Parts: sequence; structure tokens; C-alpha cells
Amino acid sequence: MRIRIHHTTQYAYDFPIRSAVQLLRMTPRSNDGQHVAHWRVETDVDGRLKQDEDALGNITHTLFIDGPVERLRLIVTGEVDTLDTGGMLRGAVERFAPDVFLRETELTALSPDMRAYAADVTSDRSEPLEQLHSLLEALHRDITFSTASTDSQTSARKAFETRSGVCQDLAHMFVGMSRRLNLPARYVSGHLVRKDGVLEQEAAHAWAEAFVEGLGWVGFDATNGACPTESYVRVATGLDYLGAAPVRGSRFGGGREQMDVYLNVASEPDWQTQ
Amino acid sequence: MTPFDEMTGLTPDGVRGLYTEVKRWLDTTPPETMAARRAQAELFFRRIGITFAVYGDADAAERLIPFDMIPRIISKPEWSQLEKGLKQRVETLNAFLSDIYGPQECLKAGVIPSDLVLGNAQFRLEMMGHPAPHNIWVHIAGVDIVRTGERDFYVLEDNARTPSGVSYMLENREVMMRLAPDLFARHHVAPVETYTDSLLATLQSCAPTGAGADPTVVLLTPGRYNSAFYEHSFLADKLGIELVEGSDLLVRDNRVFMRTTDGPQRVDVIYRRLDDEFLDPLVFRPDSMLGVSGLMSAYQAGNVTIANAVGTGIADDKAVYSYMPDLVRFYSGEEPILNNVPTWRCREPEALSYVLDHLPELVVKEVGGSGGYGMLIGPTSSSAEIETFRAKLKNAPAEFIAQPTLALSTCPTFVDRGVAPRHVDLRPFVLTGADEVRITPGGLSRVALKEGSLVVNSSQGGGTKDTWVLDD
Repeated sequence: MRIRIHHTTQYAYDFPIRSAVQLLRMTPRSNDGQHVAHWRVETDVDGRLKQDEDALGNITHTLFIDGPVERLRLIVTGEVDTLDTGGMLRGAVERFAPDVFLRETELTALSPDMRAYAADVTSDRSEPLEQLHSLLEALHRDITFSTASTDSQTSARKAFETRSGVCQDLAHMFVGMSRRLNLPARYVSGHLVRKDGVLEQEAAHAWAEAFVEGLGWVGFDATNGACPTESYVRVATGLDYLGAAPVRGSRFGGGREQMDVYLNVASEPDWQTQ
Repeated sequence: MTPFDEMTGLTPDGVRGLYTEVKRWLDTTPPETMAARRAQAELFFRRIGITFAVYGDADAAERLIPFDMIPRIISKPEWSQLEKGLKQRVETLNAFLSDIYGPQECLKAGVIPSDLVLGNAQFRLEMMGHPAPHNIWVHIAGVDIVRTGERDFYVLEDNARTPSGVSYMLENREVMMRLAPDLFARHHVAPVETYTDSLLATLQSCAPTGAGADPTVVLLTPGRYNSAFYEHSFLADKLGIELVEGSDLLVRDNRVFMRTTDGPQRVDVIYRRLDDEFLDPLVFRPDSMLGVSGLMSAYQAGNVTIANAVGTGIADDKAVYSYMPDLVRFYSGEEPILNNVPTWRCREPEALSYVLDHLPELVVKEVGGSGGYGMLIGPTSSSAEIETFRAKLKNAPAEFIAQPTLALSTCPTFVDRGVAPRHVDLRPFVLTGADEVRITPGGLSRVALKEGSLVVNSSQGGGTKDTWVLDD
């Protein structure tokens, strides 16, 4: 499947900012399941983008802006050819042994309640892959998708208390619980072509990957209760959201900030018939 | 068992040769004179403004660390041996860090279990494949040494992150020379005031290759609310460098600048007294208001040296500590000169069961803890305290190590009723530059002022002494 992505993030400030630095993880790498045909990251202000790579091998851009700037746009466009790999990740850049991904982080730490839940929903399974699938089904069934209850700083613990959240929260829950089962797991940010044909989306997607001995890294999308297919574009990975966040930035001046996202993810037949 | 005493050795009435003059001074100075001098000492410290904030103590936000006027003396042969051992130890720390953030030979060879390193939050993934300039990671180490006998010195902790206390080493000497010039004159004491020059030379030697002949060094402090802020401003002043907070620095196009009234000025070396977690909100804690956005990008581009380097905390983790003798052998092919305290790693089931059976006689510490917080000293704890700790230990065994309770040496110390032996340790400061290793003869001797107490940390009510390394 050829997937085309157009992703614009616009920041508007109360008054001009004096300077800003942003660390972007918005550029996918190719692997056996996805070939990045072309990709561009641009900004519409006078700034310098320096491309680098982070610890886990994600492509990063550091954006330096000297003000005054009242409005700033990050424009990402690209096309990726994807294949269905049955959820398995092959041919990706791996900088660390899977053990690194057993680390608990603030965002993925479990409450006693969650530990009990993870044990309970996997109790009748002994094989790691089966345990992960049980966990996937359980979270998909028990956690309500809602944009109202959480934000980008919400921990898995907080989200689990309300049994609701967005894809980021579900990914954190899955990652934390998988680690609890002693299976290395990590957070993945990316894009997804929606099955219902809706092209414009409010936010990028997120899911999890867990390491299964003999299989390698396998994707699990608890939001949709399924493993990634050819409809997925994998952009960045981290121990949690903070390690894979599309944008982490800071600025001097500007007052309040208003952020708007335009995201359009389409597969080839859809955009040809538009 | 009576501990070894720095003045009397193991015979209460004896005097070790190097303390002859101190003994005479103590015996012949009238108590009123001593009392007057001690009062004077307190006044000096108040005037200097040397204070220390204690976390978790609302009544005493800032207070003086008690200074004890009786010096702790180390002979030249003792010091030469310590010096060699410290150098070997710190060279191992640097070799270990270059290795684990690089080829990871020590993991491949099985010298240390890989999960202990890879699963440790102090192992900073961001440093992988980004060697510190000149392969120096630990520019400043404050190695804690304890003594249990005439020839028995042990390393208690390696302190490879942002060790503090060196301002006390320097101030104690100044005050001591003013209070007891007579006693001082009767000894050939090696100078400590060379430390600040050594520190500046060390930091400058580690500047990035593109920095030019006269690299700009700054001291990055978390600010005035930090417990060691006094030391930060003291050192910046002595080194003649700018004391900056995160908001005084900015990163532009992967280069670090300091805001000055003449416009931005390029910075080459940052002597940071700020923990890894707070250094760059774009990479570490996003809520850090103390760091510099983009600093890690500048570091990775090779444009700035951070001292100590990010990620050194893995080297002074207490579980990793227990492998230091093996690491010394692995990297240098030599036998360790300084002893390690025997350590039970509670992550290992057999060790855990031994520790649980012997809690009343052991010291148990958190692997990532420091400052004497979160530890159990079995022999001086109540059974209720021991039981509370037992529960913590069972809940997260991997978070703890245990060690035998060492009979730390004592040193004569002024107490309410005259002079009495109190337990001491020693923190020498080891500076590693691209050119050489510099160790100032002396260090900070900390003393547990409570009778029988083995905890010397200033956060736990310890005091300090001037430390004299004799030159003859």
C-alpha cells in the first residue's frame, strides 16, 4: 500500500517569541514492512533544521528559531510504501539489546491495581505471544477511547484509574504491563490509514511493540485491538511517549500558545479519486 | 571490638608518631583557650556564610556544618598508597564508562551482568555511541574512603556524578591556619589551595577540539535553593569563571552561548552541578526549569564538554560498585590497590536470604541512593526499624545491597565533655583531565558527632575536620 501523509502543526503565540528550540521526531525510517519513498520536514519561518539521530536510532531534527516570530508551522509531507508483515518488525535499526526496554518509566509505571489486572487477564496463558494477545484484547475491551480524560503528560496509572484514554494512554498501559510480564516493550508513534475512509485526523497514532523470543519485535495496537498491518507507518520509538514524541520544544517569550494540527493520512486509491 | 583510632592506634594510651604534636597540643592548651578558639571558628564560618541546606528539615533550612578543630592527619607513605589506588580506581571508572557507552566489552566478557547495566535508569541511552571528549567522563570524583586498621583502607562509594564538599576542604584549611597557627607550623602540611587551579586546568584540558587556546568554562548551578549553592558560588569565584543558571545559557545551531551584557558569548565547557535528569528538558525531564533546551544536541554535535559527563551515575551505582575489583582487573590487568567493602547484592536470591537473616548486623543501602538517605544500619536500629526495612527489601530486592558494618576508624573530636573518639571517613577529590590525573593531597574528613554513630553525612548531622597530609 502506498500511504501519503500531510501533517502540519501550527503554533500561534499571543505575542512574538524571541527564540525557540524544538526537537522533532517526525521522520520515519525504512524497514522490511515500510519503504520511505520520500519525506520532507520544513518550517515556514526563518529557522535552521539540523538532522541527527537519537539513541534508539530515530531520525531527529533540531529546529533553532531566532525571533521575533508570531506564528510557526512545521510541515511534514511524505509517501511510504508498506507491506503487511503480520505485525512483526523486521529490518529496523536496533541500537540496544531488548533488555533495555524492561525499564519502568514514570509514564509507564503500574499501580498495584494494574499489576493485578495484568496478572489476571494473562493468567490462563503461558506463552509470551499468547499473553500479549490476551493483554491486547483485554485493554481494547476494558479501556474506553476518550479524548476528554487525559493529555500528553498523563501517566498510564492515571489513565487506568478512569479506564479511559487515547492511543497514547493505551500504548503506555500495554507497555507497562508487558514489562511487568518480563517482556521488553516500547512505545511507537506513527500514522494509520483509517478503515472508515476518513482522511483527516485530529492527532497522530501510537501503539506498542513487545519483544518475543524467537519472533523479535511485534506490534500491538491496543486502541484498535489488533497488530499493525500495511495501514500503519511507524515513525519513532521510545521507552515511552517522551522518547518518541513528535515535538518537544521550548521557547522564550510568546505568552500563551495555540496549537493546531492538520493531519491527512491517505492510501493511494483514496487520494487518486479525490 | 575497639575501632582503630587515628591518634592512638589500637592501644588507648598510645600515640601514633604522626599525632605526637597534636597530642601535646591537646594536653597542654588550657580548656578556656580551646573553647575560645572553637567559638572563633564558628564565627569565621558564619562570616564566610558557608551553609548547607538539609532536605526534610523545615526548622533548619540552612545551617552550619559543625567544624571540629582537631585535624585528621595522614602520613606521606599512607597518602602515596591512597593516591595510587585512587588513580587506578578513577581510571577504571572512565574506562568502564567509555566501554559501556561504546563497545560494551565488559558485558560481552561477562565481567558484569548486562541486565544490571542495561536495565539501570542511570545508564543513559542518549550517551550510547557519543563518547565523552577525550574519553574523560568523570572529571571530578569524590571517592569516599574509610579506614579500619593501620593498613586497611576501603572505598565505600565512588561518587562519580556531582560530588560536593570540596569547599569545606578549602575553607577548613583556611580557618585552621588562623585558629592554630602554632600547631600548623609544627607540621609540614601539603597545601590544598592548589585545588582550584587544578580544577580549572582539568576542565580546560577537556574542552572540545574546536575550542581554541583559551576555552570558556562556566559553572552551571540549579540555583540558590540547592543545598550546595554556597559551594557553587564559592568555586566559580575561586576559579574566576561565571556562575550560571540554565536560563543564562542558550543553544543556537548546536552551539552553547552564555547571555552577557555584551551579547551572547560562546561556552566550551560546562562544569555542571545539576543532575542529568534536569539538564535538557527536550531530552530528559520535560518539566525541568533548571536546564538548557538543546544542550544534548550541542553535546552530541561535539560542540561542548559537560563535566562530569551525562550518564556517569551508572558507574557509582552501588550494585555496579560491587563489581569494581573485577572491572579494575579487566581494564588495567592489575590487582586493585584499594579494597572494596564486601557487598551482598540483594538482587541475587542467595544473597537476599543471607541478608534477611542477618539484618541486625548489616548496613543496607539503596543501589541508587546517596547522602545517607534511605539506608539501614542494623546494629544501631530498633527492631521496629529493622522490620520496616525488611518489608521494603522484600518488596524490591534489586534496589538494595548490603555490607558488613565496618568498624570505621575514629579520630579525637571535641564533644560536650572534652575530647572523645568519633568515627571518620575521608573524601579525597580526584581530577581527571585530558593531560593528567591531579589529586590534591588531603580531602574532606567527615566525622559522626554522635557517640557510636557511623553516619558521617552532613545531611545526617555529621561534621568536618581539616585533613593534613604530611609532606615528610
